[in-house]
Amino acid sequence: MDKNKIRIENLTVKADNTEILKNISLSIRQNEILSAIGPAGSGKTTFLRCLNRLIDTEEELSVQGSIKMDDKDIFSPQTDLSFIRRKISMVFAVPTPLPMSIRDNLRLGLRFQKRLSGININERIEKSLRAAFLWDEVKNRLHESAMKLSGGQQQRLCLARSLMVKPEVLLLDEPCSGLDPISTAEIEEALKNLKKEMTIILVTNNVKQASRTSDRTVFFLMGDLIEMGETGRIFTTPKDKRTSDYVSGRFG
Amino acid sequence: MNRKLINFISAFFYTLTGLACASLVIIVAIILGNIVVNGISHVTWEFLSTAPKAGMAEGGIFPAIFGTAFLVLLMTIAVVPLGVSTAIYLQIYAPAKSRWVHAVRMAIQNLAGVPSIVFGLFGLGFFIEFMGKGIDKIFLGGELYMGQPAIIWASLTLALLTLPTVVVSTEEALRVIPKAHREVAFSLGATRWQMVRYVILPQAVGGILTGTILAVSRGAGEVAPILFTGAAYYLPYLPTRLNHQFMELGYHVYVMATQSPDVDATLPILYATVLVLLTLTFTLNFTAIIIRSKVRRKLKIGK
Repeated sequence: MDKNKIRIENLTVKADNTEILKNISLSIRQNEILSAIGPAGSGKTTFLRCLNRLIDTEEELSVQGSIKMDDKDIFSPQTDLSFIRRKISMVFAVPTPLPMSIRDNLRLGLRFQKRLSGININERIEKSLRAAFLWDEVKNRLHESAMKLSGGQQQRLCLARSLMVKPEVLLLDEPCSGLDPISTAEIEEALKNLKKEMTIILVTNNVKQASRTSDRTVFFLMGDLIEMGETGRIFTTPKDKRTSDYVSGRFG
Repeated sequence: MNRKLINFISAFFYTLTGLACASLVIIVAIILGNIVVNGISHVTWEFLSTAPKAGMAEGGIFPAIFGTAFLVLLMTIAVVPLGVSTAIYLQIYAPAKSRWVHAVRMAIQNLAGVPSIVFGLFGLGFFIEFMGKGIDKIFLGGELYMGQPAIIWASLTLALLTLPTVVVSTEEALRVIPKAHREVAFSLGATRWQMVRYVILPQAVGGILTGTILAVSRGAGEVAPILFTGAAYYLPYLPTRLNHQFMELGYHVYVMATQSPDVDATLPILYATVLVLLTLTFTLNFTAIIIRSKVRRKLKIGK
């Protein structure tokens, strides 16, 4: 349980002269749910996008420091980017089904892989959809457009789509920000089950969601890592005054 | 100013702008009406399927229809890959706002503004004199084979002319695809090419098709670019090789109107040919509009 999956050292992200993330160092344990909280503009999404190097697509940003998964530097030039992004998959804030059938959405990640023989696609689709609590709702209409699903269903489809590539780390960027309470509860339930198989990092604007679902919590403010610890402690006896102000709803 | 004067001025401009619109509709109606009335009786199956006879005064226009179809087919084969690749590069690969992208955009805009007769001269100078003669010199020891007006050079000249249409409409199709879709592909492990192949292109097909059809309809109606590069006054055979000359509808209209030995005798055939040409381009344009609106509707549901 206490084995470190990801180790981040001195991570700094700059845009021109402003620092979006300032010298962040932290470790993420295997099979934990770590939630990252903080007000808008605190750098938590940027932090998440560093982990699967989606940050590379933003040319104006420069990244310093190191991120290691299983002691391998993911920013090293030898890193296979496709491999990293499969192992560290991401679900976005806005549900982003692609305009194709539910089944094609799910299969998309597998199409990017070279060796596919020996994978039972139907089996994996069912497993992923069940893990995302979506199977019963869509099992009879996998060939219909994913656009016809409701917002909550779409986001669970996106979760299932990420699961299709068997990630070891799952990144979620405010996955419930646009969802109703029932859909939110289903996704949280799904995450709690999934952490047996993978490490989950959940960026959320919803402080209560962090306290409900995560094992540990990290609090970002203006690009600084203010405090990190067991979720229970962060919410009951935070060490930093800013943390206690934020989790008790005095700002943010 | 008193109220009456104001009312009069307002009514005056209302009428004036209304008349401007009406005159536009009337002009189009006159053109079309004139052509349809004078041409329709001559458009028969025989007219569409036989070759001209008796110095264009009799017979049909089949070689011109065939030549036009062959010409735009070759043009499409050349312009679509080039135009779509350019648009993909500009929208996906190139760093935004770089000087290079700016230069490419400028080039496309300027290309769109070049008069079509200049394309014709360019085709003659570059494709026929430089490339064609060059090929003959290098591979055939100077024997004349490619270095003469031919359907391949005419179609390449037309491809240059229609390139901006394809680039612009493909770019438009790519631009409306949400950036999030690219990130989804990346976050599932796609390389850039896989992202383009499996996520971007399937969504852009409608836009690419629209651009292609617009390019075809533009290309089918242009005469100036093919004037020096391969169109023939009259040919006893159909073009079957890339270095053959060809007859073409627009050019056929031009020669019948200006170089016919007996203008009065060719007049009904001229009307009918124009009608066929217009029907062809209108049908293509209309198809493009339908596809575009279907694609727009589909994308709206997507949001």
